[in-house]
Amino acid sequence: MTTKLMGEPVRRREDLRLITGRGRYTDDIGHGALAAAFVRSPYAHARITGIDVDGALDVEGVVAIYTYEDLAGPMAEPLPVLIPHPQLTAPRTGFPLARDVVQHVGEAVVMVVATDRYVAEDVCDRIVVSYEELPVVVGVDASRAAVHAVHADVPDNVAARHHQETGDVEAALAASPRTLSFTQYIERSACMPMEGKGVHAVWDADDSSLRVHTSTQASTSVRAAIAAKLQLSLEKVEVVAPDVGGGFGVKIVHPWPEELLVPMAAIALGQPVHWAEDRREHFISSAHEREQRQEITVGYDDEGRVTALDVRAWHDNGAYTPYGIIVPIVTATQLVGPYAVPVYRVRIDSVYTNTVIVTPYRGAGRPQGCYAMERTMDRIAQDLGLDRAEVRRRNLIGKDQFPYDHHLTFQDGRPVIYDSGDYEGLLDKLVALVGWDRAEERRAEAASRGKQLGIGMAMYVEGTGPGPYEGGHVQVLGSGKVLVSTGLTSQGQGHETAFAQIVAHELGVPIEDVEVTTGDTRRFGYAVGTFASRAAVMSGNAIALAARGVRAKALRIAAEILEADVEDLEIDEGVVQVKGTPGTAIPLRTVAVLSNPLRYAFDEAARQATQFAGPGDDSKPPVAVGDAPGLEHVDYYSPIRSTFASGAHAAVVEIDPTTWEIDVVDYAVVHDCGTIVNPMIVEGQVHGGVAQGVGGALYERMAYDSDGQLQNASFMDFLMPYASEVPDVVIDHQETPSPLNPLGLKGAGEAGVIPGTACIASAIEDAIGLRIAAMPISPTELYDLVRSPDAERVPAAIPGVPA
Amino acid sequence: MKPAPFGYADPTSLDEALSVLESEGESAKVMAGGQSLLPLLSMRLASPTTLVDINRVPGLDAVVVGDDGVRVGALVRHVGLLHHAGAAAVQPLLARATANVAHPAIRNRGTTVGSIAHADPSGEMTSVLALTGGSVTVATPAGSSAVDWADFFIGPLETSVHGPAVVIDAFFPALPARTGTAFEEISRRKGDYAVCGAGVTVTLDHDSRVTSARASYISVGLVPEVHDLTEAVVGQSADTADWAAAGALARTLVDPDGDLHASADYRRLLVGVLTERTLARAAQEAQNR
Ligand SMILES: Cc1cc2nc3c(=O)[nH]c(=O)nc-3n(C[C@H](O)[C@H](O)[C@H](O)COP(=O)(O)OP(=O)(O)OC[C@H]3O[C@@H](n4cnc5c(N)ncnc54)[C@H](O)[C@@H]3O)c2cc1C
Repeated sequence: MTTKLMGEPVRRREDLRLITGRGRYTDDIGHGALAAAFVRSPYAHARITGIDVDGALDVEGVVAIYTYEDLAGPMAEPLPVLIPHPQLTAPRTGFPLARDVVQHVGEAVVMVVATDRYVAEDVCDRIVVSYEELPVVVGVDASRAAVHAVHADVPDNVAARHHQETGDVEAALAASPRTLSFTQYIERSACMPMEGKGVHAVWDADDSSLRVHTSTQASTSVRAAIAAKLQLSLEKVEVVAPDVGGGFGVKIVHPWPEELLVPMAAIALGQPVHWAEDRREHFISSAHEREQRQEITVGYDDEGRVTALDVRAWHDNGAYTPYGIIVPIVTATQLVGPYAVPVYRVRIDSVYTNTVIVTPYRGAGRPQGCYAMERTMDRIAQDLGLDRAEVRRRNLIGKDQFPYDHHLTFQDGRPVIYDSGDYEGLLDKLVALVGWDRAEERRAEAASRGKQLGIGMAMYVEGTGPGPYEGGHVQVLGSGKVLVSTGLTSQGQGHETAFAQIVAHELGVPIEDVEVTTGDTRRFGYAVGTFASRAAVMSGNAIALAARGVRAKALRIAAEILEADVEDLEIDEGVVQVKGTPGTAIPLRTVAVLSNPLRYAFDEAARQATQFAGPGDDSKPPVAVGDAPGLEHVDYYSPIRSTFASGAHAAVVEIDPTTWEIDVVDYAVVHDCGTIVNPMIVEGQVHGGVAQGVGGALYERMAYDSDGQLQNASFMDFLMPYASEVPDVVIDHQETPSPLNPLGLKGAGEAGVIPGTACIASAIEDAIGLRIAAMPISPTELYDLVRSPDAERVPAAIPGVPA
Repeated sequence: MKPAPFGYADPTSLDEALSVLESEGESAKVMAGGQSLLPLLSMRLASPTTLVDINRVPGLDAVVVGDDGVRVGALVRHVGLLHHAGAAAVQPLLARATANVAHPAIRNRGTTVGSIAHADPSGEMTSVLALTGGSVTVATPAGSSAVDWADFFIGPLETSVHGPAVVIDAFFPALPARTGTAFEEISRRKGDYAVCGAGVTVTLDHDSRVTSARASYISVGLVPEVHDLTEAVVGQSADTADWAAAGALARTLVDPDGDLHASADYRRLLVGVLTERTLARAAQEAQNR
């Protein structure tokens, strides 16, 4: 190998395009298309009593207006429950356009198509929908109380009761030397990708085929959904995810109503139709996550070792459950983190509220689980007067205990068996990295400046790379160009770089020759999608296997031509050569030409290749049985189960006791995602995750009032941290390869966000010496807390939001 | 998030601007930097029939510094005051306050006069106009006249000017002798509208004893107000004055509201803290002037 590529901080090849305005997003496609806009419910819960479009019909430029009445066949049925589960006993989904009852502010009621978006919004303004208001349920506690029902036929508001246990927890608690119980809350935030959703649909009437560009994390599944709902044959539907300006989970949900309605209109009108979600729509009609109430009881011994853990939680799933109960299941199963918990029981009720649906947002239930477990560790330490790091250390799963079976069932239905890890290694590195043992010195120094300093930590284990599969296609062209495609999509993670590194490494070609395409069903038809930190693990391994297939074929062909043994050949810098005999070589591109017996000399590559072509063996067919023309290979990777990445974060905060401003002054991360393909990309993922973690801990919340109106549905009032609010992050890596996949990879996409809330809560608590029972927390709430230290801060009082 | 249809005029003289405003009536709006107005249009919270863009009107883009104060034309962007050394020498609050207005991109477009005409009690420059005892010049088809700040601000986003009118400048009187200023605000994120902000002036006599201490707050109350805090510290030495007492007094004088980002109580707390901090700094500065 002349250039080592795996594990190198290769610069992201997509960045020049993306950061100089040359990305191609859905909204950049197809100028001149008709524009769609939606009339959305202004009420959180109401019955539609009438829709009057008369005043809208004479607006110049209106092309079509659709209501539920215009939906036919499968489109008139409820949207699919993507991931059913036996414990999801009362799943409910909406219709693409509301039929009779709206269940949250923002639910689509009418679709307007007009000559442009301005006109479409003018038309929307003139459509009068009459409603009869119904009682509104907001928040887990109101939902639990079930005074009112979100769905009339689900009177207790419970969509699912998720329950797992690994033993008799009550007996184990009774036998525990010590127990403690506490309740805590975590509120809603959301993915907030820079680019909202967007759909562009073109119907080719002559070919009876549909091409849809959509800003999705799962183009193959959107394709299948469109085909089913619009009753088209699968091969007549193409779905492309072009550049996608961030997803963070919200775009894995599919089909969004707009992904069906926009193509429906394009077919009906015979003209391209376009819809670009605006920010307000994104706030009120996409997805949120994280709200839970958690009641935790833990048993432990005098040394702080956990003997039993009982978690009772309520998870707000919003108005509908299209994505099943993935989020609460992930909370339930990832909660135990890196710790050996002898007996564990978890019961989470997933409950309905008249709010935007709740589906995975980066971390997908793990931040909540981490918050539960890590705050438990802190509580135990406080109770026993032990160092918080030491309590954690005593409970960690040992390095020699892998594979470690938690006897739980993961989101993919497979057992939670940790494949590998070194959690004590993480903790050691973290303690050193953040200077944990110097905390008291720093506290004193900060006090001399009038600041209250606190330090906190949190550890996590993240199941990454769940199946069922991903595939990869690698093809060498006669030009020497290596085409790589995989069906899963990219939202800025650097797949073009990481996948190219893998192929260049496996195949022995310069990375410049490798071209990666993702998320385009024209190129690869089978895929699952980009979520659950699975792209590198799943597609990375599939692509590696495909590259190995190409390599094997290239060596076989070259061996014949060079009259050498396959074992004696190597590929380096795009040339197949006999090891140690540089002269005996053939370029890979020439092998590519020779791999196809039909060799019209259209170009120089083909002409050159003929000099290598032997006379051929008259006794055999030109393409042998079982062989295929071309130098390409498709392969799939399907894991036995998820692989488990891990990490540990620490935060140092300084609080100004006059203004109660909270400043995160240091943030340290130790991160283990197995073998690293590209450390620069991994660090970028961690940085972005930490920024979202800080946001979730200190800034972001969805401020619903009791009428179900979102009070802060704009970037003016929904506060995401700017670069100025995100601390510098110091990172240390640990590499514990996964034994489950060929490359030893574990996922890295979500990790950065998982421990943020737990870790910052711990640091604030350490600084002020008062218990934090609800997150996020802002200075005004901290001020309330310090003035009434007996009361635990519960989210009853979001300032400015009438209860 | 697309505005409803509106007409657009880009007059090239003040007279023309006023005559368009007169003929279009109440539902026409002046547009300066557009940083406050255009978001309102895009969210369809405002639907003026016509925007009268004054950006091509000559003569409105000057910062005129005189001994008596600084006159800021209607097309001077926040950034123009932020970096204006001459203006800062006569009235230091201008640069100090504009440094807290939004982010660079918005400061490059948004005008100081526009933010005063917008009359947002969360805006820095409305308070600075009040604290300095300033005024605006309002041009109408009938002629121009000066309107004192106290007569100009009526309520949140509301001024006393109705009918066809353009605010052509704002006048910030010079800082008196032996007077120092300070400005500080607390926002959730850097560059955001303040959760609470304070601008203050402190005047000393020749023995460095306080003769006046005044403050105006941001995001506190419905219109900019100036609070005289002198009684808490009058006659005290600049170095040892009981600024905390002034802060405590300020807390009793204000009547803040709560919103998503801060309770009324928390704002009151910040009024006290910021008052104490800024007065102390202003007093130090006053000794050197
Ligand atoms: C993200 C963001 C953050 C911001 N943060 C801050 C902040 O921290 N502090 C702050 O003070 N401001 C902030 N602003 C507002 C910004 O300072 C605006 O520029 C300013 O408030 C208005 O100035 P403008 O020139 O853009 O006025 P425009 O938006 O053009 O007009 C605003 C209003 O004033 C009227 N108007 C403007 N000029 C005149 C005139 N000469 N005569 C009569 N009427 C006139 C208009 O008709 C309109 O009603 C922020 C804006 C944004 C978008």
